[in-house]
Amino acid sequence: MFRYIVRRLLQMVLTFFGATFVVYALMFANIDDPFQALVGDRPLTDTQRAALNAQYHLDDGFLTQYWHYVTGLLTGDFGRSLTGRSIGEMLAQAWPVTIRLALLAIVIASVIAVGAGVLAGLRRGGAFDTVTLVLTLIVLAMPIVVLAPLAQLVFGIQLGWFPPTATRDANLYQLLLPALVLGTLVVATELRVTRASVAENLRADYVRTARAKGLAPKRVVGVHVLRNSLIPVITLIGVDIGVLMSGAVVTEGVFNIPGVGFNLLRGIRTEDGPLVVGFVSVLVIVFLVINLIVDLLYAALDPRIRYE
Amino acid sequence: MTDITAQVDVLPGLDPRAPLLHVEDLNVEFRTRDGVARAVNGVNLWLNPGETLAVLGESGCGKSVTAQAIMGILDTPPAHVTGGRVLYRGVDLLQLPESERRKVRANRIAMIFQDALSALNPVYTVGFQLGELFRVHRGTSRREAKRRAAELLDQVRIPDARRRVDDYPHEFSGGMRQRVMIAMALALDPEVLIADEPTTALDVTVQAQIMNLLAELQRERNMGLMLITHDMGVVADVADRIAVMYAGKVVEEAPVYDIYAHPAHAYTKALLESIPRLDLKGRPLNVIRGLPPALTDIPSGCAFHPRCAYAREICRLEPPPAYQIAPQRVTSCHFVREVLGV
Amino acid sequence: MSDPNAVAVAEAPSTAPRSLAGDAWLDLRTRKIFWIAAVLVVVVLLMAVWPSLFTSADPRDCLLARKNAGAGGGALFGYDFQGCDVYAKTVYGARDSILVGVTATLIAGVIGLVVGLVAGYFGRWVDALLSRFVDIVLAVPFILAAIVLARRLSSNPESNGIVAVIVTLGVLGWTTAARVMRSAVISAKNQDYVAAARMLGASPARLMLRHILPNAISPFIVVLTVLLGINIAGEATLSYLGVGLKGDAISWGLAIADAGPYARTAAAPLVWPSVFLAATVLAFIMLGDAIRDAFDPKLR
Repeated sequence: MFRYIVRRLLQMVLTFFGATFVVYALMFANIDDPFQALVGDRPLTDTQRAALNAQYHLDDGFLTQYWHYVTGLLTGDFGRSLTGRSIGEMLAQAWPVTIRLALLAIVIASVIAVGAGVLAGLRRGGAFDTVTLVLTLIVLAMPIVVLAPLAQLVFGIQLGWFPPTATRDANLYQLLLPALVLGTLVVATELRVTRASVAENLRADYVRTARAKGLAPKRVVGVHVLRNSLIPVITLIGVDIGVLMSGAVVTEGVFNIPGVGFNLLRGIRTEDGPLVVGFVSVLVIVFLVINLIVDLLYAALDPRIRYE
Repeated sequence: MTDITAQVDVLPGLDPRAPLLHVEDLNVEFRTRDGVARAVNGVNLWLNPGETLAVLGESGCGKSVTAQAIMGILDTPPAHVTGGRVLYRGVDLLQLPESERRKVRANRIAMIFQDALSALNPVYTVGFQLGELFRVHRGTSRREAKRRAAELLDQVRIPDARRRVDDYPHEFSGGMRQRVMIAMALALDPEVLIADEPTTALDVTVQAQIMNLLAELQRERNMGLMLITHDMGVVADVADRIAVMYAGKVVEEAPVYDIYAHPAHAYTKALLESIPRLDLKGRPLNVIRGLPPALTDIPSGCAFHPRCAYAREICRLEPPPAYQIAPQRVTSCHFVREVLGV
Repeated sequence: MSDPNAVAVAEAPSTAPRSLAGDAWLDLRTRKIFWIAAVLVVVVLLMAVWPSLFTSADPRDCLLARKNAGAGGGALFGYDFQGCDVYAKTVYGARDSILVGVTATLIAGVIGLVVGLVAGYFGRWVDALLSRFVDIVLAVPFILAAIVLARRLSSNPESNGIVAVIVTLGVLGWTTAARVMRSAVISAKNQDYVAAARMLGASPARLMLRHILPNAISPFIVVLTVLLGINIAGEATLSYLGVGLKGDAISWGLAIADAGPYARTAAAPLVWPSVFLAATVLAFIMLGDAIRDAFDPKLR
């Protein structure tokens, strides 16, 4: 287990540099006027140019720029947006509501996915399974840009079941509709993986052994099948965090929730390059850390992985 | 460990003097999209305490399905038991409600599977998987269950058992894993042990150790052992009686020495002749021509007739009856006299 | 014999020689879901190639006087906040969606094919290097990377951003395809028949093309089919966010973004592009699903 953790940490260090480099290169590599690229179509004053240079060292060589950027990230200095606000402060203000939203979405999605997935997997080909499969198919085909505005229109405005927008200190009820929308993004894949995994594990030899031991079906499924089936679902959650982050940009934009995604969207729309790069970088780091945690959880669930 | 049997709920109709295990005219079919596969077609078997019955046959002959039908662990669907009786001490297990039948499994009749690595749950320690039996069937505490699990590992000669109860299946070698399987099967002191190709996945040297262990434990506990195998070599060493299966039927049944000396069914004879022998080195081997039949399309009459050297018109038309040719000897062959050469 | 369920399958009589693709097609033909998906795909493709077949109205013929007017007067779904015919705009929106989806998927497919094939076939350090690279690309959530890249590529104010979106989706979307190709190649490579061909002196190129690729291609095609749907949704998302198509481009994503603020008064301009977009994505995902099931003999 210890070796696994060490190896995984080393991998993460490598991936951290790789991923931040990718983000940085996507933004600045091989560009005629990086200053202009940061601010988009806006006119650029000399003072702004100087400020940007102080922040990004854009007049230096590319690797030096990257070095300054990474050390900034590691020391918690994310720079300032074009409006002059500290990106670190903006993040600190935006995080809480986004975290609550994401957690709510994950909880809703996991409960539905695992619950329905197990039921569908146990009765493959049954009525419940067929209906669930069709539903997941439809949900899978709903891009977030379709789902979020439509959900707001139908449930928020026309039916009026939920508030159509949420504030920074939104309560659970206000966040419920956006969280449902966000959760929908990942629920279908999680459900399908649970279902497939349960169905596959039901055919496994150890299930036959468990039945030969005279265990009741409830115990066979609840103890033997479930734990094995959840392993691939857990690994999926790591990937899902990335999907949720992307989805949060649109969802927070649509529902006017002043979280991380909302700020990022505003940064894109106002062509605030430093803000976009800063926010994306931090999101990438968060994504990496969560994936590390998920991998460790995975090792705890599956003893085979620890000895690889 | 004798007090344990007393704790088990008594099965209604259980007769201690009735035969240990008696399978009568068992039929199992698999209903699949490609048609109905008749895996077991009227199997008759019996087993006494302390006796080893080898069920011998090629893969696909229905021997594993028979075993799993006795245990009641076939997947339904696609498998359906369409007829027959499985009598354990006079109680027809097929008629028992599922909750009663569960108590028979592991308590009265236990089973060992071929591939211990896949038959053990990869994410639980062997101690948990062994202890589970005591916790579920005997209601013992976790600690007590673990203590007994270690005891069992010790009984199947796993070194350092007390420490190894906390290991996972993949941390054991193939032979050791099969010992764990055996320990699991013996945990609740069953009267019948069904071993489905217990040594097929193992190295030859380990095979012998496992078979010896099984034989020894069987003697100690006076269990009836039903050994399912396709390996004639294993059979000769340990079996008392042999039942040869072909296309879902028992075609010949006899004490082990008789069958080797005088096979009474064309299929048994062909099987024996297809074993390589040192004294016949250099001569071409007598292999059985053709393939075992598809269970969706079993030949009419005697199912073996398309591959049989003795086959004549009647073999194609009529299924052979079961001839009792000696005490404990039954064969289903139209030309039993010619096969025996008398 | 360890699995009683395998009995019937293993013993099935072998009839005439069959190919996996032929079998898959026979299986596919019987699936309702395949035909629904196929019809939807054909309709959307027709719409993209030949929009005037579906509408005679001009999507750019907008009159503010008709702002948010309801259906009627030839406009099936009414008019949006700029007075454009919603139905015509939606029909014409298919073209760029399909164009972006197909070309981006082709780019991603080629990159994924090459990376997966090379990593899987050569193994060792080549595989380690490429796999780490895939991990790194995957470590950046797709839309976040796309935002940065598309924003960067579409900095030219004159273009309508279509090339930027295609490159962005193509360059970032190949990872799954590469992973699937790699694992398919690795499992095919370890088959005995490939070892046999290698011993008979087949060159690496021949081994890859003749023996490995045909066996690895079906999961790859499935991934690409689904990716096509994902890319179409990706275009809409990027356009919605303001880093995709822009200017006078007609796109479902743009239409949704534009209609959002007015949804309270006029729902149709939001609803119809959403429905068309979802139906198109659904069609490709269903198609991928159906093909996968048909190619997976285990499920049969």
